Amino acid sequence: MPYSPLLVRPMREELLAAGFEELRTAEEVDRFMAERSGTALLVVNSVCGCAAGMARPGVRLALQQAPRPDRLVTVFAGQEVEATARARSYFADLPPSSPSMALFKDGALVWFLPRHRIEGRDALAVAEDLRAAFAEHCAVPA
Amino acid sequence: MARTFTAHEGHHELHGITVVVETRGPELWVGRCHDIDATGVTLRDADVHRDGESGSARDAWLQRAAAVGVFPRHSRVLIPAGETVSVRRLVDLDSSC
Repeated sequence: MPYSPLLVRPMREELLAAGFEELRTAEEVDRFMAERSGTALLVVNSVCGCAAGMARPGVRLALQQAPRPDRLVTVFAGQEVEATARARSYFADLPPSSPSMALFKDGALVWFLPRHRIEGRDALAVAEDLRAAFAEHCAVPA
Repeated sequence: MARTFTAHEGHHELHGITVVVETRGPELWVGRCHDIDATGVTLRDADVHRDGESGSARDAWLQRAAAVGVFPRHSRVLIPAGETVSVRRLVDLDSSC
């Protein structure tokens, strides 16, 4: 049974306030994935406090400085089940986990942070992983 | 920065953490720890490697698990305490192991 929308709302808003667009249907996911140019960060959001409680602040910290992905989107595991399944279908060879984060460049998956690499870490550590990925894949050549 | 999360009071400190459970037998489990008590280790969304049966070598299977996690082939499993040799956080493994 999904969590109450009231419980989940602040968890959604934490990413929306950082500039994320929420994908709530499979069609929205497909439209997003059809745009292949540039870089995009997809965050699979989650209620679980063991990891998501640090994942969202980590994302927000990482996005406070350049380089950043061109586009930011999120799906919510356990809430928008269809959208989450469709998003995961674009990296189906990787085990599903939530929270998790996927970075795409020109439509190709170039970096993935699974749940177990978020669990138990603080927001700064998660942000450092993200910043390293952004520096490698999102920086504009001089 | 405001933090939003759900707490898990009353559970073992490894509750919600992805762990590797080494057993006395050929099985090596990876899954999300639900609880650890006198009966054993309860995992959710777990997968297992069995020496001599699984398609890949133990080290290669564990290396991939450390890198990307495991597919949840077992939604819930209890590994009896008497069979358990060690419980370690998956993230603590060197992914090159």
